[in-house]
Amino acid sequence: MTMNQQLKQGNYITQAWLVILLALLYGSALAGVHVGLSDRIEHNKRNEIYSQIPNLVPDAVQEKTQEKTVQGLDGKTTIVYQACDAKGQCIGWVLRGSGQGFADRIELLVGIDPTLSSITGMYVLDQKETPGLGNYITDPERFQNQFATKKIDPPLVVVKSDPDPQHEILAITGATISSESVSDTVNKTIANLKQPILDLNR
Amino acid sequence: MAASEPTALERFINGILPENPVFRQLLGMCPVLAVTNGMKPAMTMAAATASVLICANIIISLIRGFLKPHLRILVFTLTIATFVTITDRFLAAYVYTMSKQLGPYVPLIIVNCLIISRCEICASKQRVSVAIADAVGMSIGYALPLACIATVRELLGSGTWFGCPVLAESWWPRWGIMVLPPGGFLVLGILLATSEWYTHRRAARAGM
Repeated sequence: MTMNQQLKQGNYITQAWLVILLALLYGSALAGVHVGLSDRIEHNKRNEIYSQIPNLVPDAVQEKTQEKTVQGLDGKTTIVYQACDAKGQCIGWVLRGSGQGFADRIELLVGIDPTLSSITGMYVLDQKETPGLGNYITDPERFQNQFATKKIDPPLVVVKSDPDPQHEILAITGATISSESVSDTVNKTIANLKQPILDLNR
Repeated sequence: MAASEPTALERFINGILPENPVFRQLLGMCPVLAVTNGMKPAMTMAAATASVLICANIIISLIRGFLKPHLRILVFTLTIATFVTITDRFLAAYVYTMSKQLGPYVPLIIVNCLIISRCEICASKQRVSVAIADAVGMSIGYALPLACIATVRELLGSGTWFGCPVLAESWWPRWGIMVLPPGGFLVLGILLATSEWYTHRRAARAGM
C-alpha cells in the first residue's frame, strides 16, 4: 500500500466517522424500539380481528375462537379463524383477504356460515380510499351491512340500483371502483379458501 | 457573527407567529392539506412532528461541533429518519386506530422541510437550550395552523370537533367538500390570504 493510499483511507475515516457512528447508534436504537414494541403492535392487529369476530359471525364468542392454518388454492398458507359459540360449537368462519382498491390495498375480513354457503358479515380492516367517497366502504350502514345476507354461489356482483338481496351489492355513489374492489376481494378470498376449509372438516 | 444570533426566547417567539412555518414559510404543506379533515388526526400529526423536531434539534445541536459541512445534510436526514421511524412505531403500538387513520403521512414526516430547515438554520449553529426553544416554538407554530384548518374543516364538513357532535345534522347540511382534499386547499388559501392581508394592513398602519 502506498503512502498516498494510506493517507486517503485515513482521510475517509476522519471525514465519515460521525456518519458511521450515528448509523450504528441509530440502527441499534431502532432495533431496540422494534424489539420493545413489535409484540404490542402485533397484539393490536390481532385484537382488532378478534373484536370483529362477533360482528362477522352472529353469536360467536371471541374467547372461543380457534385459529387454523390452511393452504389456499393460490399455494399460500393463511390463518383462518373458526368462530364458535359459548358452548364451543363451530358456527362459522372468518377469513382474511386483501386486494387492490382505488387508492391502495384494501384488507378485509369476511364472515361465513359453517356450511360455507352464505356470507354472515364483512369488515374492512385497512384501506386508504378517497375520504368522503370511497372510504364509506368502512361504514356499516352505507355499505358493510349489506354483505351479511348474501349467498356465496354465484359470486357477488356490484350494481348501481335495485340490488338482488342474495347476490348483488349496491355500489356507493361516486365510489363504484372501491365498491367493486371490495366485492371482488370478498369473492376471491372465499374462492381461494373454500375448498381448503371444507377439507379441514373431513 | 455569534453576537448577532437570536437568543432562545427570540427563537421561541419567532416560531409561533413572526416566522410561522405554515403561514410565513409555507413549509410542511403536505400534512397541512392531507390530515386536517379532523382535529384528532391533525393534532396527532402535530404531536408527532413536534416530537421528531425536538429530538432532531437536540441531537444535531449536541453534535454540531463535529459536523462536516459537506456531510451535514446526510447526518440531518439520518437523524430525522430515525426519530420518524421511532414515532411511527410508538403510534402503532399505543394509538393504533389513529396510526391506521394517518396511514402513510407519519412516515412522510421524514420529508417535512420544516424539520431539516430548523436543523440547518438553528440546531447546527446554536447551543442545545436555544435549539430546544426553537423546536418548541416551531412545533407550536406548526400545531396552530393545523388546528385552525382542522377546526374549520371538521365543523363544516362533519359537524363535529374532536369527534364530539357540535352542529346537529338537522340544521347544518354537511359540506362534503370540506372533508375532501379540495376543502384543505380552500381553507388554507383563505387563511393564507387573511394572514397576508392582516400583515399588510399592519405594515401600512405602522408606515403612516
